Amino acid sequence: MWVFDWLNAFPPLLVYLIIPLAPLAGSLVAGFGGWKLQEQAHWAPLTGVAVSFYLALAVLFQTLHGVDFYGNIYIWAVLGHLQVPIGFDVDSLTALMLVVVTFVSLCVHLYTIGYMHGDPGYARFFSYISLFTFSMIMLVMSNNFLQLFFGWEAVGLVSYLLIGFWFQRESANVAALKAFIVNRVGDFGFLIGIAAIYHYCGSLDYRTVFAMVPHLVGQTVEIIPGHPWNVLTWIALLLFIGAMGKSAQVPLHVWLPESMEGPTPISALIHAATMVTAGIFMVARMSPIYEQSATALTVILLIGSITALFMGLIGLVQNDIKRIIAYSTLSQLGYMTAALGASAFSAAIFHLMTHAFFKALLFLAAGSVIHAMANEQDIRKMGGLRKAMPITYITFLIGGLALSGIPPFAGFFSKDLIIEAVGISTLPGAGWAEFILVAGAFVTALYTFRMFFMVFHGKPRMDPYIRDHLHESPWVITVPLIALAIPAVYAGWAYIGPVGLGHFLDSSLVIAPQFNTIGEIAAHWQGAGVFLVHGLEAWPFWLAVAGIVCAAYFYAWNTGLPEWLSRILSPAAWLLESKYGFDTFNNTVLVRGVIQFGRLFWHVGDEKLIDGLMVNGTAFGIGKLALSWRKVQTGYIYHYAFAMIIGLILFMTYFVIWKG
Amino acid sequence: MNAFLLHWTFAIPEIWVLIMACVVLLADLYLGERLRDVAPVLTVLTLLGAAVLTFFELGQSGTTFAGLLVLDPFTNVAELFSYLAVLMVVLYSRRYLMDRGIYRGEIYVLLLFALLGVMVMVSGANLLSIYLGLELLALSQYALVAFNRDSLVATEAGLKYFVLGALASGLLLYGMSLLYGLTGTLEVRHIAAALVNVTSSNLILVFALVFIVAGIAFKLGAAPFHMWLPDVYQGAPTVVTTFLASAPKIGAFALIIRLLVDGGYGMLESWQQIFIALTLVSLVVGNLIAIAQQNLKRMLAYSTVGHVGFLSLGIVAGTEAGFASAFFYTIVYVLMSLAGFGMILLLTRAGFEADRIDDFKGLSQRKPWYAFLMLIIMFSMAGVPPTVGFYAKLAVFQAVIAAGYVWLAVIGVLLAVIGAFYYLRVVKVMYFDAPEPESGPIVRDDLASATLSINSLALLVLGIVPGPLMAFCFYAMQGVI
Repeated sequence: MWVFDWLNAFPPLLVYLIIPLAPLAGSLVAGFGGWKLQEQAHWAPLTGVAVSFYLALAVLFQTLHGVDFYGNIYIWAVLGHLQVPIGFDVDSLTALMLVVVTFVSLCVHLYTIGYMHGDPGYARFFSYISLFTFSMIMLVMSNNFLQLFFGWEAVGLVSYLLIGFWFQRESANVAALKAFIVNRVGDFGFLIGIAAIYHYCGSLDYRTVFAMVPHLVGQTVEIIPGHPWNVLTWIALLLFIGAMGKSAQVPLHVWLPESMEGPTPISALIHAATMVTAGIFMVARMSPIYEQSATALTVILLIGSITALFMGLIGLVQNDIKRIIAYSTLSQLGYMTAALGASAFSAAIFHLMTHAFFKALLFLAAGSVIHAMANEQDIRKMGGLRKAMPITYITFLIGGLALSGIPPFAGFFSKDLIIEAVGISTLPGAGWAEFILVAGAFVTALYTFRMFFMVFHGKPRMDPYIRDHLHESPWVITVPLIALAIPAVYAGWAYIGPVGLGHFLDSSLVIAPQFNTIGEIAAHWQGAGVFLVHGLEAWPFWLAVAGIVCAAYFYAWNTGLPEWLSRILSPAAWLLESKYGFDTFNNTVLVRGVIQFGRLFWHVGDEKLIDGLMVNGTAFGIGKLALSWRKVQTGYIYHYAFAMIIGLILFMTYFVIWKG
Repeated sequence: MNAFLLHWTFAIPEIWVLIMACVVLLADLYLGERLRDVAPVLTVLTLLGAAVLTFFELGQSGTTFAGLLVLDPFTNVAELFSYLAVLMVVLYSRRYLMDRGIYRGEIYVLLLFALLGVMVMVSGANLLSIYLGLELLALSQYALVAFNRDSLVATEAGLKYFVLGALASGLLLYGMSLLYGLTGTLEVRHIAAALVNVTSSNLILVFALVFIVAGIAFKLGAAPFHMWLPDVYQGAPTVVTTFLASAPKIGAFALIIRLLVDGGYGMLESWQQIFIALTLVSLVVGNLIAIAQQNLKRMLAYSTVGHVGFLSLGIVAGTEAGFASAFFYTIVYVLMSLAGFGMILLLTRAGFEADRIDDFKGLSQRKPWYAFLMLIIMFSMAGVPPTVGFYAKLAVFQAVIAAGYVWLAVIGVLLAVIGAFYYLRVVKVMYFDAPEPESGPIVRDDLASATLSINSLALLVLGIVPGPLMAFCFYAMQGVI
């Protein structure tokens, strides 16, 4: 396109380099200069991300014309035979991710100016979110596993920092720790997976590894003697454990709802649109490995489906606006994961993209509501906000419709594509997975519109002072809402062909013929319009509509009904409210067990043995020795001379005996 | 031209230093009363001039004065570093001497004569010239130690040093005479050639080596011949201590190269055994006893014994890489000692020696920059990366492991860990303890402070880019084996 033509004058590598480095520079300026810049700290990060977004668009257009890049920039370290390069793999998948990440990031940067205004950590916040953008870009642009791991850990770190951004609050610190620790579990698997890849392939470079994959088919390893396991299945599952941590799949999902302790903009950026989708991206990127293991794909499909339905159900009983959206995120990530399991990688990426737009939109709109409500997050204390906040209302509605999968909004296309792909899949359990994904459509619509009606319709339930001071948010908040609402509307029908059906992503993905669900859909493809009309006759759409109707009836007209229902179904309500007991289990068994175990090692192993006996014991002994030896230094010349002569005689004696 | 004087130009730096030492003596005699700076300024000029002269000799090699002196890469490099060491001492010394009313020309004359001694040792190719250089150095050092003749400790230290030094010289001389008796020559290279025909089981030869090594060990300060070191280091005026820990160590290292490597490489197996013993005892004694010290000068003295143990590791290796790394260690040790004692000099004032570890309490609050420099010095001595001390230790460990003495390297590493304790204690005292009320103000001294800054930062810079210095050391060791 003409707006990018002038970039051709520069070496392409420079353009690629600036994409991650511009936000990094912004982060450094805001971070180190923050104390001086104060309320102006947003300029550098904002500019950095804007530059990144612009260049990401340029790169996307390049890849549309088939200009890819794969190569190393420099060798960071050499360890034996392992070379650790810093390099980029810029293909259509990367370019798409880059645009999504930088676009959402840009919106969030802009939004933050209004949302965090007056916070004492203003500059710090900007520094973190720009650092996050840098890390995420490094993650998606990587051409080797170690750099991927760097980005993976860096986004995790920034996520930790941002969840605990308001570090004076204890709950924020606990949530940050929880996110970090649960992700450690996932990363543990991920790291072992990377180690296994290095062990079997001798390299960490994507292309070298992918080229080795066909040679690994059929190789087995005996982790438990006598039980040979397929090597590739192992690698695929280990890597997927990492993805489960980062993309919050059951049972490693527990950190995501808690992460809502962080400020709302990062909930939108990190815990909805980008970081949590890193796992999805990673699996799609590793499609050559996953396609070799039906076992791994089945596991992924089932875990994704379970997450999709059961996390959505919890969303029904939540009252914190951000937590509802968080559970919805979990559920949608489940959809994406299920798509990965069905080998519909392009559908997963497509849903990742549309989800990024409408979910970021929902979060930012929720933030706008929270802002107007003076930091109140409980939807039971809201209601009737429609009139005071028209822009927020409309954009939230768009986001909600997109999330519920109502045509022609974006979510409809991506979600229907996933359900259809899972329906075609021949993996064991695919039928069951399809069933719960369809059921999930009803749940999604129900919790979304329960929240929508409780917030914007009905009688105002907030205290009168807040009600009198309700106002629409300033432009820095509403502009990002509008900017995100646009793709939430049109991105579905516009991109289902190129992205969802994978023509654009073909070069980045490898799909085995026996798993080619998307190929089958593409074979009967007649355009987005036909797909839409077809969708109107299918279960998911009608279930979604039913969900909306139910929500409207329960929460707008007959508001006493939900209470009655929850009394009747109290065991079910209890199950949902206790979130299936994951947290209780973790706290009582895992956490307490680890603490007891740690205490044992601390008191006996560390304090008594290592510290007491070994460290302090040696130090004490050496100190004693030093003090006693010191007495040899008497100050008398004849003692000194004596020592010299003795030394001399000892040497001579030694030689006489040795030689003799 | 007389055959004796053939290639006399090879000895130009030595001749220049000799002449200038006399010039300084005379100039101070006549001008010293009025122009008190004349001696140090002339000394600095002498050193710079010598450096230029030595620089022009780089790349040449050969013997002169009928084989008494030799010029080779080692001579050049070792001499250059000796000038540098003396130069630093001169730059550090001024205010210290003035504060104590001993800012007189003699000290500079003695320094120059001592330097000349080092230079003769470094370029000695004959047992006589080597011994001559050694005695010139030693006599100057005795006088320097007792230079502050009104101080009881200083004179006591001087006397101790003299008596023990005489004993050590006697041992060395006895070893040399045995060697002469066996081979019938005083020239080092002829000795080396003659030793080929003597079987290594010859007990007299082994005894000769034992005596020579004992003499060298005394000069280096290797245990059990180290006993003089703590007393002399503590007793001598700090300026003199600074000098003792610098150029003379290069001279002592030259003794190893000239006598044991140039002359006795054929007997490597025998003296290697002695050096293993010296290394072990030095490492243990130096690093352990240093822990119990309260006086920083004394602690640094024991630390010297420990460092000698480390550098001996490279000598034990007995390879070119080993000698090069030992030389590297020696130079690094000299730089670190200069900085360490320079720091004490900087904190002293009339009536306050600043040589107790407690005097460094809370230095980070009183003078953050000095505390930072001392941090670098201590880290470097302890061998913490990225300082050059780390690289020096790494190099000797590599050399000794390559030579097959893994167990020795393991012991060395263990003792390096123990040694880290007392260096880090100084850092702890500087940064975590409150200043003592009696420590008083720090006197301003721009010259010494600038010198110290350069000296200490060099430890950091050389640690980050050790390549050139290492290449220099390898260049110096060219062809010694």
